[in-house]
Amino acid sequence: MTADRARIIRLGVAFALLIAAVYVFGWYIPQFYEQGTTYLWAEALYIGVAAMGLNLLTGYNGQVSIGHGAFFGLGMYTTAILMQSHDWSFTETLPVVAALSFGVGVLVGFPALRVKGLYLALVTLGLAVLFPQLTNRFVPHDLCKTCGTSQVGELRRVKLLPPSWTPTFIKHPDQWAYYATLTIAVIGIVALFLIVRSRFGRALIAVRDHEAAAETVGINVARVKVIAFATSALYAGVAGSCFVLVKRLATASSVSVFQLSIEFLVAVVIGGTATVVGPLVGGIIVVFSGRWISESFPSTILFWHINDSVKNLLSPAIFGIGLILLMYVLPDGIVGGGRRIVNSRLRSLRRGKTSPAST
Amino acid sequence: MALFLTQLMNGIGSGAVYASIALALVLVFRTTGILNFAQGEMALYSTYLVWFFTQRSVPVWIAILLAMIISFIGGAAIERILIRPVEQASPLVLVIVTIGMFLAINSIAQVQFGNDIKILPRAYPNKTWLPGGVQISSDTLVLVGVLLAECLILYLLLNRTRIGLAFRAVASNPESSRLVGVPVGRMLMLGWAMAAAIGALAGALVIAPVGLQGASMQEILVYSFAAAALGGFDSPLGAVVAGLIVGVAGTLTTQYLHAVHDIELVVPFGLILLVLLVRPSGLFGSRRVERV
Amino acid sequence: MSALLEVSELRAGYGAVRVLQGIDFSVEAGEVVVILGANGAGKTTTLRAISGMIDATGQAVFVGRPIIGRRPEQIAAAGIAHVPQGRGTIVDLTVDDNLRIGAYQRRDSEIASDIDRWYTTFPRLKERHAQQAGSMSGGEQQMLAIARALMARPKLVLLDEPSLGLAPLITQELFRTLGELNRADGISMLIVEQNAGLALKLASRGYVLETGTIVISGSATDLAGNDDVRRAYLGI
Repeated sequence: MTADRARIIRLGVAFALLIAAVYVFGWYIPQFYEQGTTYLWAEALYIGVAAMGLNLLTGYNGQVSIGHGAFFGLGMYTTAILMQSHDWSFTETLPVVAALSFGVGVLVGFPALRVKGLYLALVTLGLAVLFPQLTNRFVPHDLCKTCGTSQVGELRRVKLLPPSWTPTFIKHPDQWAYYATLTIAVIGIVALFLIVRSRFGRALIAVRDHEAAAETVGINVARVKVIAFATSALYAGVAGSCFVLVKRLATASSVSVFQLSIEFLVAVVIGGTATVVGPLVGGIIVVFSGRWISESFPSTILFWHINDSVKNLLSPAIFGIGLILLMYVLPDGIVGGGRRIVNSRLRSLRRGKTSPAST
Repeated sequence: MALFLTQLMNGIGSGAVYASIALALVLVFRTTGILNFAQGEMALYSTYLVWFFTQRSVPVWIAILLAMIISFIGGAAIERILIRPVEQASPLVLVIVTIGMFLAINSIAQVQFGNDIKILPRAYPNKTWLPGGVQISSDTLVLVGVLLAECLILYLLLNRTRIGLAFRAVASNPESSRLVGVPVGRMLMLGWAMAAAIGALAGALVIAPVGLQGASMQEILVYSFAAAALGGFDSPLGAVVAGLIVGVAGTLTTQYLHAVHDIELVVPFGLILLVLLVRPSGLFGSRRVERV
Repeated sequence: MSALLEVSELRAGYGAVRVLQGIDFSVEAGEVVVILGANGAGKTTTLRAISGMIDATGQAVFVGRPIIGRRPEQIAAAGIAHVPQGRGTIVDLTVDDNLRIGAYQRRDSEIASDIDRWYTTFPRLKERHAQQAGSMSGGEQQMLAIARALMARPKLVLLDEPSLGLAPLITQELFRTLGELNRADGISMLIVEQNAGLALKLASRGYVLETGTIVISGSATDLAGNDDVRRAYLGI
């Protein structure tokens, strides 16, 4: 009886949250916000998409990668090159990016089978630091107006306008970039939700928790791990495509690819490992914390006046310290920790009502 | 041949630096089981301290010694204050905490000391010798000499003293060590402290010739990660040997293999991948290291 | 009366799960006491609470000093040596080093002669003195764990399932050695054991623990004659 009521309450809350999310993300942010903010939200969404994929690998399958910035870069460069030199539209590039990053994911995933834990993390770190050197060397120089900084350069604007088939409320390129990224994020979430609840999802978790035991119940451990790796690469690659649409360029410096890889991992952990929406929440926090620091952080602490240039230097420190504090308070992330706290509240509430005497 | 030997010497010189930082990574990993992303930045901060002291006309070697002492204390403090509360947390949480430290230390160093390039006075004269056409610089000799001294001191400390025995016991089995009365917490602090001091020394020596700035340690850290993984992550000897291998392989391939021009990083990581495919726990690692 | 170890109202557990519901027992100087009980009864928890490995409440007085709330290294320094379940040797260290680390708290000059002494008691360890502990057989590692505990010159040794995973003959040999140590050196022992037959022969007194409470206590001969004990733990 009470269990049923709790279930109904929970479903109702979830439904209300869903309606609110549809309104906020689907209408309020792209229509009523200033463009600069819409742009940041689009950035948060593609970071979130890449983090979702990484969560499938790290959270659900237990393989830690600090190199998914490389797959992100692969998607970014593929989309940019196809759009710029072959006149493809953004949506046409997506299937190619998906297939390519999945394929490269399989190729990388196979050797990764031999390597575990810490060592896998370091091999993937190798991917992240290698990728910029590879693009620097192999991306044709006619695509690259400012090659010293290893950029593919600004894309022709016309391609970034919303295609003719989009509804009329999508007018501005920023809005188109936002809606395209949002659509991909929604597809990503739904797909992740289905994967996690499928047979394959249970196999992922079984392999994470006990590889030998998973093998004895007939799970093909190698295949599960490689597919998990490739799927996460696909998410990262498609997120990289969105980067091109949002930022209108493709760039890969050694710093940026490593930084992105770390941002994905940070988004996964602060959002909540092995939760479906956690990485998206993490992505939003990663993107907006910088802006919060530059706009809302107090400019005097006690007697110390912080001017803007110091603030810029200091902002990684504030983010880093925030990260450490968050790990102390909510080691299972915002979504994971939030769910744990709500559940224990609900349980103690219910227990308090039904049998106040028991402990 | 002379060119080959010259490149070999250069490789050994830079390899000595990777080996030192890899040694620091291994000391931290052996005791607390953590891959310390902030190791390079800790060394960076120590190097800023060296600069700070030399600005106040402290002789360079004294400045390095002071920075090492402060780093030793600082390393112990970081373990006690920042790491201890999350000691039992999941490995991923620990990775995030050290990434947080990475960001924070780097940015605090630049706020505190300024983000312009600092020039450190050299700790020794810059000389080059040419025995038989082979170039050997004083940089290489000092770096290798310091690495050897570090190894010797560490070896004696770990294998010939009571504290060293306790340290090895804790690295292997903290619970049993605690039951025979070894203060485990203090040994973990010692691991971090020694790592920080070694990093300070390596940082001060390697950065002096090129100038100090915010990103100075990041590439070195990447190579040192590669060395630590190649060596097997829980083996100090492995870290040293692999550090030298990574350094030498880097200089030799860029000299002789034009295919890897501009993509030098292929070498260390290609090497790790190859070694790990054959020996999944590194050259000298024990098989038990499977957790992240 | 002043027992070596006097425990009363000891409660302990893991997180929200309380395993020990407040137990009382004592160990006199020179005595071997055994705690019997099924899996999950709280035997290991009892030993871990005494040696400070887990948080506990209640009183435990060891040679006149309260030890609840002290850190494991302080309790070890007070003279309690805990041989944990599953051997607990330090596998990466050599046999020699394992014995040396056992004497970590001591600063006297007799450490080397003590090592020789335990090598005479356990000749197998002497043969393998330079070998890594992890490369030895289960029985040898159990001997080493006990020898290492004795290196601290403890007043009380806590032994957690010393027979676990050992062949019957080796177990008998081990218990014979433990008996000799108790008779010759007067070392007190608190043993947690599934092999009730052997343990009751060695011990002078015993307790039976069931779901965190002591249900039977008495002399070893009384326990060995008790019908409930015989049925549950001696399989008769």
